[in-house]
Amino acid sequence: MSSRQINPNNWIDLYSDYLFNYTISRVSDRVIAQDLVQDTFLAGLKSMKNFKGEATERTWLISILKRKIIDHYRKINSNKGKAEVRINYKESESEGDWLEERVADPFDKTAEDTLQNQELGDAIQNCLGKLPAKQANVFKMKTILGHETETICNELNITASNLWVIIHRARTAMADCLKENWF
Amino acid sequence: MPCNEANHVCDKTQYKESTLWEKIILNLHLIYCSACRKYSSNNGKLTKLLKDSKIDCLDDKSKEAMKKEFEKALAKNQPE
Repeated sequence: MSSRQINPNNWIDLYSDYLFNYTISRVSDRVIAQDLVQDTFLAGLKSMKNFKGEATERTWLISILKRKIIDHYRKINSNKGKAEVRINYKESESEGDWLEERVADPFDKTAEDTLQNQELGDAIQNCLGKLPAKQANVFKMKTILGHETETICNELNITASNLWVIIHRARTAMADCLKENWF
Repeated sequence: MPCNEANHVCDKTQYKESTLWEKIILNLHLIYCSACRKYSSNNGKLTKLLKDSKIDCLDDKSKEAMKKEFEKALAKNQPE
Protein backbone atom coordinates (compact mmCIF):
# COMPACT_ATOMS: atom_id res chain seq x y z
CA MET A 1 0.00 0.00 0.00
CA SER A 2 1.40 3.40 -0.89
CA SER A 3 1.73 5.58 2.18
CA ARG A 4 3.41 8.63 0.66
CA GLN A 5 1.97 11.14 -1.74
CA ILE A 6 3.91 12.95 -4.44
CA ASN A 7 3.64 16.72 -4.78
CA PRO A 8 6.03 18.34 -7.27
CA ASN A 9 4.88 21.92 -6.50
CA ASN A 10 7.36 22.28 -3.61
CA TRP A 11 10.21 20.18 -4.95
CA ILE A 12 12.55 23.10 -5.73
CA ASP A 13 12.08 24.71 -2.31
CA LEU A 14 12.34 21.46 -0.41
CA TYR A 15 14.96 19.47 -2.23
CA SER A 16 17.05 21.63 -4.60
CA ASP A 17 19.75 22.43 -2.02
CA TYR A 18 19.95 18.85 -0.83
CA LEU A 19 20.22 17.47 -4.36
CA PHE A 20 22.71 20.19 -5.34
CA ASN A 21 24.93 19.42 -2.35
CA TYR A 22 24.75 15.71 -3.18
CA THR A 23 25.74 16.41 -6.79
CA ILE A 24 28.49 19.01 -6.24
CA SER A 25 30.40 16.57 -4.04
CA ARG A 26 30.38 14.14 -6.96
CA VAL A 27 30.93 16.31 -10.03
CA SER A 28 32.82 19.32 -8.54
CA ASP A 29 31.37 21.78 -11.05
CA ARG A 30 28.56 24.15 -10.07
CA VAL A 31 27.11 24.54 -13.56
CA ILE A 32 27.09 20.81 -14.29
CA ALA A 33 25.66 20.09 -10.83
CA GLN A 34 22.89 22.63 -11.39
CA ASP A 35 22.05 21.12 -14.78
CA LEU A 36 21.94 17.61 -13.32
CA VAL A 37 19.61 18.72 -10.52
CA GLN A 38 17.34 20.49 -13.02
CA ASP A 39 17.30 17.36 -15.23
CA THR A 40 16.44 15.27 -12.18
CA PHE A 41 13.39 17.39 -11.34
CA LEU A 42 12.20 17.28 -14.94
CA ALA A 43 12.73 13.52 -15.14
CA GLY A 44 10.90 13.12 -11.83
CA LEU A 45 8.00 15.10 -13.18
CA LYS A 46 7.80 12.91 -16.28
CA SER A 47 7.93 9.68 -14.33
CA MET A 48 5.67 10.69 -11.45
CA LYS A 49 3.34 7.81 -12.19
CA ASN A 50 6.18 5.41 -11.29
CA PHE A 51 6.36 6.77 -7.73
CA LYS A 52 5.01 3.97 -5.57
CA GLY A 53 5.19 5.79 -2.25
CA GLU A 54 7.49 3.17 -0.75
CA ALA A 55 10.24 5.73 -0.20
CA THR A 56 10.16 9.45 0.53
CA GLU A 57 10.09 11.92 -2.35
CA ARG A 58 13.65 12.92 -1.52
CA THR A 59 14.94 9.34 -1.66
CA TRP A 60 13.07 8.79 -4.92
CA LEU A 61 14.56 11.95 -6.45
CA ILE A 62 18.05 10.95 -5.26
CA SER A 63 17.68 7.62 -7.05
CA ILE A 64 16.91 9.49 -10.28
CA LEU A 65 19.81 11.87 -9.65
CA LYS A 66 22.23 8.97 -9.14
CA ARG A 67 21.36 7.68 -12.61
CA LYS A 68 21.82 11.19 -14.06
CA ILE A 69 25.30 11.41 -12.48
CA ILE A 70 26.25 7.98 -13.85
CA ASP A 71 25.02 9.04 -17.32
CA HIS A 72 27.07 12.22 -17.04
CA TYR A 73 30.26 10.26 -16.34
CA ARG A 74 29.47 7.74 -19.08
CA LYS A 75 29.17 10.62 -21.52
CA ILE A 76 32.51 12.05 -20.42
CA ASN A 77 34.22 8.67 -20.53
CA SER A 78 33.08 8.03 -24.08
CA ASN A 79 35.48 10.84 -25.03
CA LYS A 80 38.24 9.67 -22.71
CA GLY A 81 40.56 8.12 -25.32
CA LYS A 82 40.63 11.37 -27.28
CA ALA A 83 41.96 13.39 -24.40
CA GLU A 84 44.20 10.83 -22.76
CA VAL A 85 47.52 12.16 -21.49
CA ARG A 86 50.33 9.69 -21.32
CA ILE A 87 53.12 10.29 -18.86
CA ASN A 88 56.60 8.95 -19.44
CA TYR A 89 59.82 9.42 -17.58
CA LYS A 90 62.19 9.23 -20.50
CA GLU A 91 63.14 12.87 -20.33
CA SER A 92 66.09 13.54 -18.09
CA GLU A 93 64.39 16.53 -16.43
CA SER A 94 61.57 14.42 -14.97
CA GLU A 95 63.83 11.61 -13.79
CA GLY A 96 62.98 10.58 -10.24
CA ASP A 97 59.52 12.23 -10.24
CA TRP A 98 57.86 8.82 -10.19
CA LEU A 99 58.96 8.33 -6.61
CA GLU A 100 56.93 11.33 -5.38
CA GLU A 101 53.83 10.05 -7.14
CA ARG A 102 54.04 6.75 -5.32
CA VAL A 103 54.30 8.13 -1.83
CA ALA A 104 51.06 7.85 0.18
CA ASP A 105 49.11 11.11 0.14
CA PRO A 106 48.23 12.06 3.73
CA PHE A 107 45.42 14.28 2.43
CA ASP A 108 43.86 11.48 0.41
CA LYS A 109 40.26 10.80 1.41
CA THR A 110 39.37 7.37 2.71
CA ALA A 111 35.96 5.78 2.21
CA GLU A 112 35.27 6.41 5.90
CA ASP A 113 36.00 10.14 5.55
CA THR A 114 33.69 10.37 2.57
CA LEU A 115 30.91 8.53 4.38
CA GLN A 116 31.29 10.70 7.48
CA ASN A 117 31.23 13.87 5.38
CA GLN A 118 28.08 12.67 3.63
CA GLU A 119 26.36 11.87 6.91
CA LEU A 120 27.40 15.23 8.34
CA GLY A 121 26.13 16.96 5.21
CA ASP A 122 22.79 15.14 5.60
CA ALA A 123 22.55 16.12 9.27
CA ILE A 124 23.24 19.77 8.43
CA GLN A 125 20.71 19.76 5.58
CA ASN A 126 18.08 18.25 7.88
CA CYS A 127 18.72 20.92 10.52
CA LEU A 128 18.63 23.65 7.89
CA GLY A 129 15.26 22.30 6.76
CA LYS A 130 13.88 22.85 10.26
CA LEU A 131 14.74 26.57 10.31
CA PRO A 132 12.12 29.16 9.34
CA ALA A 133 12.50 30.04 5.61
CA LYS A 134 13.93 33.54 6.17
CA GLN A 135 16.44 32.38 8.77
CA ALA A 136 17.55 29.50 6.56
CA ASN A 137 17.96 31.82 3.60
CA VAL A 138 20.07 34.40 5.46
CA PHE A 139 22.14 31.66 7.11
CA LYS A 140 22.84 29.96 3.77
CA MET A 141 23.78 33.24 2.08
CA LYS A 142 26.11 34.28 4.89
CA THR A 143 27.58 30.98 6.01
CA ILE A 144 27.51 28.60 3.07
CA LEU A 145 27.67 30.92 0.08
CA GLY A 146 29.94 33.36 1.98
CA HIS A 147 28.23 36.56 0.80
CA GLU A 148 29.21 39.90 2.34
CA THR A 149 26.91 41.35 5.02
CA GLU A 150 26.23 44.40 2.85
CA THR A 151 25.31 42.30 -0.20
CA ILE A 152 22.79 40.26 1.79
CA CYS A 153 21.29 43.38 3.40
CA ASN A 154 20.85 45.02 0.00
CA GLU A 155 19.42 41.92 -1.60
CA LEU A 156 16.96 41.15 1.19
CA ASN A 157 16.31 44.77 2.15
CA ILE A 158 17.22 44.31 5.81
CA THR A 159 19.55 46.24 8.14
CA ALA A 160 22.89 44.87 9.32
CA SER A 161 21.65 44.59 12.90
CA ASN A 162 18.60 42.73 11.66
CA LEU A 163 20.88 40.34 9.77
CA TRP A 164 22.97 39.62 12.86
CA VAL A 165 19.85 38.92 14.94
CA ILE A 166 18.69 36.43 12.30
CA ILE A 167 22.17 34.87 12.13
CA HIS A 168 22.26 34.54 15.92
CA ARG A 169 18.88 32.79 16.03
CA ALA A 170 19.83 30.51 13.14
CA ARG A 171 23.18 29.59 14.66
CA THR A 172 21.58 28.84 18.04
CA ALA A 173 18.93 26.64 16.41
CA MET A 174 21.51 24.89 14.21
CA ALA A 175 23.83 24.21 17.17
CA ASP A 176 20.91 22.82 19.22
CA CYS A 177 19.74 20.65 16.34
CA LEU A 178 23.22 19.32 15.58
CA LYS A 179 23.85 18.73 19.27
CA GLU A 180 20.97 16.26 19.23
CA ASN A 181 22.05 14.64 15.97
CA TRP A 182 25.79 15.01 15.72
CA PHE A 183 27.98 16.66 18.42
CA MET B 1 30.31 43.89 27.96
CA PRO B 2 26.73 42.56 28.36
CA CYS B 3 25.98 38.98 27.32
CA ASN B 4 23.92 39.88 24.22
CA GLU B 5 26.81 41.95 22.90
CA ALA B 6 29.26 39.17 23.71
CA ASN B 7 27.13 36.77 21.68
CA HIS B 8 26.99 39.25 18.82
CA VAL B 9 30.80 39.61 18.78
CA CYS B 10 31.10 35.83 19.03
CA ASP B 11 28.85 35.49 15.94
CA LYS B 12 30.87 38.11 14.06
CA THR B 13 34.09 36.30 14.97
CA GLN B 14 32.82 33.15 13.23
CA TYR B 15 32.81 35.18 10.00
CA LYS B 16 36.09 36.98 10.79
CA GLU B 17 34.23 40.27 11.03
CA SER B 18 35.12 41.28 14.59
CA THR B 19 37.94 43.68 15.43
CA LEU B 20 40.90 42.83 17.63
CA TRP B 21 39.56 45.08 20.37
CA GLU B 22 36.15 43.36 20.27
CA LYS B 23 37.85 39.99 20.56
CA ILE B 24 39.88 41.12 23.57
CA ILE B 25 36.75 42.39 25.35
CA LEU B 26 34.90 39.18 24.44
CA ASN B 27 37.66 37.02 25.89
CA LEU B 28 37.63 39.02 29.11
CA HIS B 29 33.86 38.49 29.30
CA LEU B 30 34.27 34.75 28.70
CA ILE B 31 36.56 34.44 31.72
CA TYR B 32 33.70 35.12 34.14
CA CYS B 33 30.56 34.20 32.11
CA SER B 34 29.93 30.46 31.82
CA ALA B 35 26.75 30.87 29.71
CA CYS B 36 28.63 32.83 27.05
CA ARG B 37 31.54 30.38 27.25
CA LYS B 38 29.11 27.59 26.45
CA TYR B 39 27.58 29.58 23.58
CA SER B 40 31.03 30.43 22.25
CA SER B 41 32.12 26.80 22.39
CA ASN B 42 29.01 25.56 20.56
CA ASN B 43 29.35 28.34 18.02
CA GLY B 44 32.94 27.34 17.31
CA LYS B 45 31.92 23.68 16.97
CA LEU B 46 29.19 24.66 14.51
CA THR B 47 31.65 26.64 12.38
CA LYS B 48 34.05 23.69 12.33
CA LEU B 49 31.32 21.22 11.39
CA LEU B 50 30.11 23.43 8.55
CA LYS B 51 33.68 23.78 7.30
CA ASP B 52 34.40 20.04 7.58
CA SER B 53 31.20 19.06 5.79
CA LYS B 54 32.09 21.22 2.75
CA ILE B 55 28.35 21.75 2.41
CA ASP B 56 27.21 23.75 -0.61
CA CYS B 57 23.88 25.12 -1.81
CA LEU B 58 22.30 26.94 -4.73
CA ASP B 59 22.30 30.72 -4.77
CA ASP B 60 18.95 32.47 -4.98
CA LYS B 61 19.24 33.46 -8.63
CA SER B 62 20.03 29.93 -9.76
CA LYS B 63 17.18 28.59 -7.66
CA GLU B 64 14.74 31.11 -9.12
CA ALA B 65 15.86 30.25 -12.68
CA MET B 66 15.43 26.56 -11.88
CA LYS B 67 11.99 27.25 -10.43
CA LYS B 68 10.87 29.11 -13.56
CA GLU B 69 11.96 26.29 -15.86
CA PHE B 70 10.32 23.73 -13.63
CA GLU B 71 7.06 25.66 -13.38
CA LYS B 72 6.87 25.76 -17.17
CA ALA B 73 7.30 21.99 -17.31
CA LEU B 74 4.82 21.59 -14.46
CA ALA B 75 2.18 23.63 -16.30
CA LYS B 76 2.61 21.44 -19.39
CA ASN B 77 2.29 18.36 -17.23
CA GLN B 78 -0.98 19.39 -15.58
CA PRO B 79 -4.00 17.31 -16.65
CA GLU B 80 -6.39 19.22 -18.96
